Amino acid sequence: MTASSETAPQDRGPGRRAQPGPAAPRAGRRDTSSAWTWLGVLPFFAFALLFLILPTAFLMIGAFEDAQGHFTLANFRDLLQPGVIDAYWISFKVSAASALGGALFGSLLAWAAVQGRLPGWIRPTLLTFSGVASNFAGVPLAFAFICTLGRVGLVTVLLKKYADVNLYATGFSVLSFWGLTLTYLYFQIPLMILIVAPALDGLKREWREACDCLGGTAFHYWRHIALPVLWPSIIGATLLLFANAFGAVATAYALTGSSLNIVTILLYAQIRGDVMHNQNLGYALALGMIVVTGLANGGYIWLRSRAERGRR
Amino acid sequence: MNRQSRVGAWTALVVGTLYFLIPLAATFEFSLRMRRGTYSFDAYRVVLSDPNFQASFGYSLLMALLTIVVGVLLVVPTAWWVQLRMPRLRGIVEFITLLPLVIPAIVIVFGYLRIYNSSSLLPLTGNERATDLLLVFSYVTLSLPYMYRAVDASLRAVDIRSLTEAAECLGANWPTILYKVILPNIRSGILSGAFLTFAVVIGEFTIASLLDRPAFGPYLQLVGANRAYEPSALAIIAFAVTWASMGLIQLFGSARALTPQRP
Repeated sequence: MTASSETAPQDRGPGRRAQPGPAAPRAGRRDTSSAWTWLGVLPFFAFALLFLILPTAFLMIGAFEDAQGHFTLANFRDLLQPGVIDAYWISFKVSAASALGGALFGSLLAWAAVQGRLPGWIRPTLLTFSGVASNFAGVPLAFAFICTLGRVGLVTVLLKKYADVNLYATGFSVLSFWGLTLTYLYFQIPLMILIVAPALDGLKREWREACDCLGGTAFHYWRHIALPVLWPSIIGATLLLFANAFGAVATAYALTGSSLNIVTILLYAQIRGDVMHNQNLGYALALGMIVVTGLANGGYIWLRSRAERGRR
Repeated sequence: MNRQSRVGAWTALVVGTLYFLIPLAATFEFSLRMRRGTYSFDAYRVVLSDPNFQASFGYSLLMALLTIVVGVLLVVPTAWWVQLRMPRLRGIVEFITLLPLVIPAIVIVFGYLRIYNSSSLLPLTGNERATDLLLVFSYVTLSLPYMYRAVDASLRAVDIRSLTEAAECLGANWPTILYKVILPNIRSGILSGAFLTFAVVIGEFTIASLLDRPAFGPYLQLVGANRAYEPSALAIIAFAVTWASMGLIQLFGSARALTPQRP
């Protein structure tokens, strides 16, 4: 296996076996040879290589090959067919809408709990609930929203009965773009709360008091003090939310079956049964997803470092 | 001014509470409607006595436990070693542990299916036991961000250098140091990571379904496609399981706040 020689280049000792490093004798000496030190992280790097990096790299390389293994860019040209572009576009819209909505409502709720001077028990309750709800994604979440906003869901029925509003006559469906966005918000808002609450904690009460003393209004406070401090966290978290929604499969699949053409469901169908009749096109589809989620995460890191430099 | 901000906070909280509680209430109400004309727990009875439910839940339970064991064995020595001996690797190790948040699970499993298929060097999808192993490894990968951060944070909270050196002076070897000195000190971090892993793994759908394993997630999806009332009962059960794992994190998290005061 070439993996071990790549991850531990210094490990040239003859006959040394790849046993778990911390168990290695003599490794505790202050002047340990670097080979022994590297052994300590070998299992981790071997695992990461085998189950994270190689599988991804395989797809990335495959995206640039044709069926015979020759280099080609044709797969990316073939991605530009209407069905695939639509899938990316709908995924993008759902992810963007649920990320923006999640960021907005999540920040508001986090602000209410952290800075809103509400009773003390609300903050820990909200954070605990957010921990639960941000993990309550996937198939059960889809069931919950079908029970709520489906054709015979509780809210649909109650609205018809008491408010005389026929939700489904307005063109709404829980299986549609808005239905999916509303469902995604159920785990996006809590995730936002979890990320932003610590940042809101960093807003010192004295800043608000100083602003008030100097005659500043709430608008001045937010425009010149709070938002400049918070925006890297908020924008960064929004990008994370976007990537989170973009890679989600289970919720959409259980909610809509294959009726809503988003890119993860297309990829799922491609893995299951090669619906695009070209394996390498499937790799290109996967690479496209990595590029989008990678850009979102990269943007987050870039924004954060830039903001930190700006503050110094 | 003061009062105004409080009104806004209450409004946000009430609207948020409604948004989060109504779907739960609707699901619960729907799950009680299996018997015509009256509320009953029939759907729960049917679900819980379904042998497929028991089998798939048991299977996912086992996978979750194995994931936690493998994850702890992989992450704890690595995080400890990196902090102690190779701090310059911290950036790259942290970056790798965050990759599963960047690369969608469906892409990772797609790669597995291609490089571990039955005609490859390492045919992990060749037979069922090997595929179970691959499923566990994929879940370890998924849980890497949570596990690593939980363990790394609690390692940072204790002075592992002094602890390690003290144990060394007393003649302990490395496995003893890890098991008897480091582990007890970061137990709460490991438990937080473990329960989070559990919550993520127990109902996981994408990977289990694509690897064709009889896990709880694919079972949920199947029931959802074919039954009326049982899915809502299952959703309530799944929510309760998630809530229980998070509750346990809180429990051990608060126990953790007490530990530094001990002499």
